[in-house]
Amino acid sequence: MITLEIDGRTVQARPGQTILEAARAAGIRIPTLCYLEGLSPRGSCRLCLVEVANWNGKLVPACATPAEEGMRVVTGSQRLKELRRMVLELLFAERNHICSICVSNGHCELQDLACELGMDAVRFPYRFPGLSLDASHEKFVYDPNRCVLCGRCVRACSEVEGAMTWGFAGRGVNTLVEPDLGGPWGESETCTGCGKCVQACPVGALAERGVATAEQEKRPQVLAEVTERRPRV
Amino acid sequence: MRRLEVLLCSGTACLSSGAQEVKKALLSSLAAHGLAEEVRIVETGCMGPCELGPVMLIYPEGTFYIKVRPQDAEEIVVEHFLKGRPVARLLWREGAPSPQELPFFSRQRKVVLSNCGVIDPERIEEYIAAGGYEALGRALTEMSPEEVIEEIKRSGLRGRGGAGFPTGTKWELVRKAPGGEKYVICNADEGDPGAFMDRAILEGDPHAVLEGMAIAAYAVGAKSGYIYVRAEYPLAIRRLEEAISQARKLGLLGEDILETGFSFNVELRMGAGAFVCGEETALIASIEGRRGEPRPRPPYPAQSGLWGKPTLINNVETFANVRHIIQNGADWFSAIGTETSKGTKVFALAGQVRNTGLVEVPMGITLRELIFDVGGGVPEGRKFKAVQIGGPSGGCLPEGLLDVPVDYESLRGHGAIMGSGGVIVLDDSACMVNVAKFFLEFTAEESCGKCTPCRVGTQTMLSILNRITSGEGTEEDLQRLEELAQLVKSASLCGLGQTAPNPVLSTLRYFRDEYLAHIREGACPAGVCPALIHYRIDPELCRGCDACRRACPTGAISGTPGSPPYRIDQSLCIRCGACQAACPFGAIERLPGRKG
Ligand SMILES: Cc1cc2nc3c(=O)[nH]c(=O)nc-3n(C[C@H](O)[C@H](O)[C@H](O)COP(=O)(O)O)c2cc1C
Ligand code: SF4
Ligand code: FES
Repeated sequence: MITLEIDGRTVQARPGQTILEAARAAGIRIPTLCYLEGLSPRGSCRLCLVEVANWNGKLVPACATPAEEGMRVVTGSQRLKELRRMVLELLFAERNHICSICVSNGHCELQDLACELGMDAVRFPYRFPGLSLDASHEKFVYDPNRCVLCGRCVRACSEVEGAMTWGFAGRGVNTLVEPDLGGPWGESETCTGCGKCVQACPVGALAERGVATAEQEKRPQVLAEVTERRPRV
Repeated sequence: MRRLEVLLCSGTACLSSGAQEVKKALLSSLAAHGLAEEVRIVETGCMGPCELGPVMLIYPEGTFYIKVRPQDAEEIVVEHFLKGRPVARLLWREGAPSPQELPFFSRQRKVVLSNCGVIDPERIEEYIAAGGYEALGRALTEMSPEEVIEEIKRSGLRGRGGAGFPTGTKWELVRKAPGGEKYVICNADEGDPGAFMDRAILEGDPHAVLEGMAIAAYAVGAKSGYIYVRAEYPLAIRRLEEAISQARKLGLLGEDILETGFSFNVELRMGAGAFVCGEETALIASIEGRRGEPRPRPPYPAQSGLWGKPTLINNVETFANVRHIIQNGADWFSAIGTETSKGTKVFALAGQVRNTGLVEVPMGITLRELIFDVGGGVPEGRKFKAVQIGGPSGGCLPEGLLDVPVDYESLRGHGAIMGSGGVIVLDDSACMVNVAKFFLEFTAEESCGKCTPCRVGTQTMLSILNRITSGEGTEEDLQRLEELAQLVKSASLCGLGQTAPNPVLSTLRYFRDEYLAHIREGACPAGVCPALIHYRIDPELCRGCDACRRACPTGAISGTPGSPPYRIDQSLCIRCGACQAACPFGAIERLPGRKG
């Protein structure tokens, strides 16, 4: 067992466990967005950043950093709070997150994080990229304007379903999640229609067809439920 | 009988300015005068002063010719080789026939470039004659892997790929990492625009890199290695392939090297060209055939790298230093440089400086010496303003910091970085806000898009900078810009995002007045940002020739031929500068500020 300190508390972790897993087991909450239990960690949204006091205050993503013996982790300093708020502001400014007209209103991880972290105003210019909606699939709808590029759909599709329909295209601010290297989704030859991507998506970017504003509820925990039943390799 | 040797630079720059044609012309003139046996032409790697190419050095006396054209060949052969009179008009500086007398060369200290421009990189015999592969022999036969690592550690060598991580320590981490199979990777991606140090080494002395890799492989316990090289470097790739096959033939690479039982194989991998693929974890992903995207570290490649195995990844220049350290000893190496930064560093000098090109200088040389002695200073009539050092993520340092020594800590402490060694000298015609924007445009464009701060943060910073340069910025914008810069620097996943704000942060630190002038006075002091300048016709100088009126694309200029002065209607002017270029009397001036 590894012994480390999180927010002044002594915590145990198994070798290979991440800081996030150790914290959760000890009942310490760290905000996350791109992380989803059951999928490999990506460490990209940066909301779970924590400070490691004995690494010169280095910032590391809790979801993707293995716990190490003697680590002293700080999860909620003022600096971290401001930093997370700003990251959220950037996510809101990047695309088109208008909650009142969104299918996920009230059941959205991005919205919940904004409330939790006290992000009540975006001080940066909105980008409103005006991307086109993909409603070609018989069961689901993809609105890239609401996508936060967490990649949970990509990992759910490749790691759990094994279909590899979703992938990243483009780079920088023009990065997009796309089915079969560039849709339309409805014509995908690899999509099995399983819907795991929709359940994994933390926001309203992937939704079931026909749901109205605020009606889309999801069960992202299904990914962990499926993977837990699998033999470990 | 060999009498003379012509070292003809065959680096990429000289090849594109016609070195091959010069060679052909020389060969035919030599043959025509019966000198083919007496004069040998050696095609070498980059000699440094790339803008002056094709360049050649003639031994034994050391005459240095620049801008040689094929039609000069006959004169060189007749006047110089036959009559012994160097062709004065081709000398770099009149009366300075020997490169040793030029500060461009004399202030340099060539270690990794010692063979570049001296030997024929396509002939392993020349490399061996210059002491090549002795270090590998010594390491394999006289030293244990631990002793090799100890020697590298004692030398103080640090990674030349940018971050400056202690090389010996990295080797030790890989050596000690549990796991049977290990890899060595040479990072030859060199994605910084304007950087060509690694290319020069690969083209001019490819065996030095292979030898460094082989010694490293022995030290860390690896049997195979990869060189990840930019596909845009065809000459480097060809010479590397040639070098690998020659070394294999002589038993210096491959199985049972020098009959010591140690085996090491090297393969090339071509990089697709994205800047971020030079980042070590993205590079590894790319070799594995995945999207070239960085991942969080730890685990570091030393723990879990290529195919999940412990992997040593070093830069081209780092590897090229290794043989010199093993051959001459750690003490010799650590005597060059400063307390924390040992050895030399290759820089690419560019911008408003007389001698542009590739230079190798001892660490600790001051910026002033680098720019004014080696670089020859800014051209006549211009004034030094700043130096941007470290590539696109480097910082801009002002005149007041010219005496800062060039080493990892000093540069970082002042908001710049060593980076890969790009040095761009800026004169008083540069607008520092615009300079910051220029570099940020590059990094924002090259952001891989994986992590939020870099992907959205750099773009948002860019939109704020655009507001400022177009005269719409506020002081609140400046504060947001600073906050964002700090966020991107501290919260980004990889080095690209972590360093991208440097040009902005350093210009805010040293040239804040210029930002404020854009915001408060609506003026671009350097007269660069089109929205914040205006043109004025000097009534004293205007002769009423009508040239400006005819050049103006928007009809903003009015006047009658022969009755000066002409006038500019500022509301129609788009500040394109066509009138200024057209005026034969220099009567039109460009002034900071929106309106006259
Ligand atoms: C965006 C980015 C681009 C990089 N490009 C290069 C490169 O072109 N060549 C290189 O050697 N290192 C590059 N690096 C640094 C590598 O990640 C790595 O640190 C280096 O290859 C290690 O070698 P060294 O210890 O010998 O410097 C880059 C890093 C970043 C973040
Ligand atoms: S810092 Fe930039 S380049 Fe690096 S992972 Fe994040 S988005 Fe990609
Ligand atoms: S949850 Fe860890 S980086 Fe996104």
